[in-house]
Amino acid sequence: MSKPEEVRVEEKLYQNRYVVDGGRSHIRVVSRGKPSANLMAMTTLCPAGCYTLTEAGQVEVAPDGCFECGTCRVMCEPSGEVEWNYPRGGYGVLFKFG
Amino acid sequence: MVEKFDCIVVGAGMSGNAAAYTLAKRGLSVLQLERGEYAGSKNVQGAIMYADMLEAIIPDFREDAPLERHLIEQRFWMMSEAAHTGMHYRSDAFNEARPNRYTILRSQFDKWFSRKVREAGALVLTETTALELIFDAYGACVGVRTDREDGIVHGDVVVLAEGVNGLLGSRAGLRQPPKADHVALAVKEMHFLPAETIEARFNVKGDEGVVIEAVGAISRGMTGMGFIYSNKECLSVGIGCLVSDFARSGQTPYGLLEAFKAHPSVKPLLEGSEVKEYAAHLIPEGGYKAVPQLCGDGWVVVGDAAQLNNAIHREGSNLAMTSGRIAAEAIFQIKSRREKMTRDNLARYPKALEDSFVMKDLRKYRDMPALLHTNSRNFFLTYPELVAKAMESFLRVDGTPKREKETTTIAAFRKARGWSGLFGDAFKLARAWR
Repeated sequence: MSKPEEVRVEEKLYQNRYVVDGGRSHIRVVSRGKPSANLMAMTTLCPAGCYTLTEAGQVEVAPDGCFECGTCRVMCEPSGEVEWNYPRGGYGVLFKFG
Repeated sequence: MVEKFDCIVVGAGMSGNAAAYTLAKRGLSVLQLERGEYAGSKNVQGAIMYADMLEAIIPDFREDAPLERHLIEQRFWMMSEAAHTGMHYRSDAFNEARPNRYTILRSQFDKWFSRKVREAGALVLTETTALELIFDAYGACVGVRTDREDGIVHGDVVVLAEGVNGLLGSRAGLRQPPKADHVALAVKEMHFLPAETIEARFNVKGDEGVVIEAVGAISRGMTGMGFIYSNKECLSVGIGCLVSDFARSGQTPYGLLEAFKAHPSVKPLLEGSEVKEYAAHLIPEGGYKAVPQLCGDGWVVVGDAAQLNNAIHREGSNLAMTSGRIAAEAIFQIKSRREKMTRDNLARYPKALEDSFVMKDLRKYRDMPALLHTNSRNFFLTYPELVAKAMESFLRVDGTPKREKETTTIAAFRKARGWSGLFGDAFKLARAWR
């Protein structure tokens, strides 16, 4: 199995349709100092690459490409580091094929 | 808009549509809430649809349901780095008047199912996100608050068909949110190719289709599986692993998918395809032991929300449809006796589910998730590599005497796991399968 070059998830997201609810983020990272291992894991685990590590060592979320899959909720809601809600009705990802 | 319905169904996936259709068809007033622009716009599945369970709800579905291909061949692949050892089953008996399994595209299928629900008389409210359950002073669920203006709706019973990541039930304390080792994260791409190309590459004709399911080196020691499903004019190509395994490994799901697509056994099947969608979804993997309480005063939970998924047989939508139908039938019986939607009365649903294939199958494999999840390196990395080496040695003709080859192969298995490990694994697997 050949090792593929760095995979750019952004390019995959271009194929999808989204109705972005401007200014309303349905997922929020609640900063509590040093990110936990679970929150850090989201920087690789999020299938849409919504989580990034800043230079200051904080984890940020920009859920424009979010699939609303709930992985980060499963990982980080129990500790309170992530607040998770579904987008308002009609907003968010819109699967053509599903 | 404080309105009162016999029943409110939260969600328009397989279980929600099955429940809403069954209830509306029996004359109950049904409100169904769906947060997507249309039913199906938020739903993701491989997807294989099992005819028997849909027939129990809509017997003549084949007349107008959007079906892709009926499956005549199944390929199980055990994958090493550059090879796969396969077990294939193909039969012309699957070319029958009423085929047993079909590939579908969920967005289109769910749109069709939702139309049937509306035709049956249910009120389907799309673009409406359910925010929380409403309870009376005695703790009975009496309705749902939505994100519409004055968006409170009341019902005698709420069917929670809110999916694996449903918030309402867990936030109301009716069940635990899923745990990282009880859910798999799957990513999938839709690869478009001309129908003739798909038919030539998979050796099928007309509406015949093939399923490939693959385990081994592709999941890099994690509990996981890759898949390729043939649709009419596209292939669903994906891979999923336990969320807890992903978190530990530091692998990205899309990196894993790219590596799966680049595997020499997979790449030629996808050559020249145009990718039109990339999606992700959680799959309940906890099995029987993760199934929560299924009903209470004024509510029932069905489908993925109730963790009703058979990971060993990769069945989920049929368990969803069946649980939705059985819950609806229980509600109808209670309603027709003019009884209240109490936990005791609604317990007809879990009882009927216990007697159905849904809980029987989940109970059969109740020890399987723990076994596969704790021994993932052996089952998904060590053994596939050993089998591949054994197969290569068996087939390569290089002048080495056969007995010497056999000795080397047996020694490789023993070195990797030891006799006690080998017999232990076989014993544990047999016991969990029983």
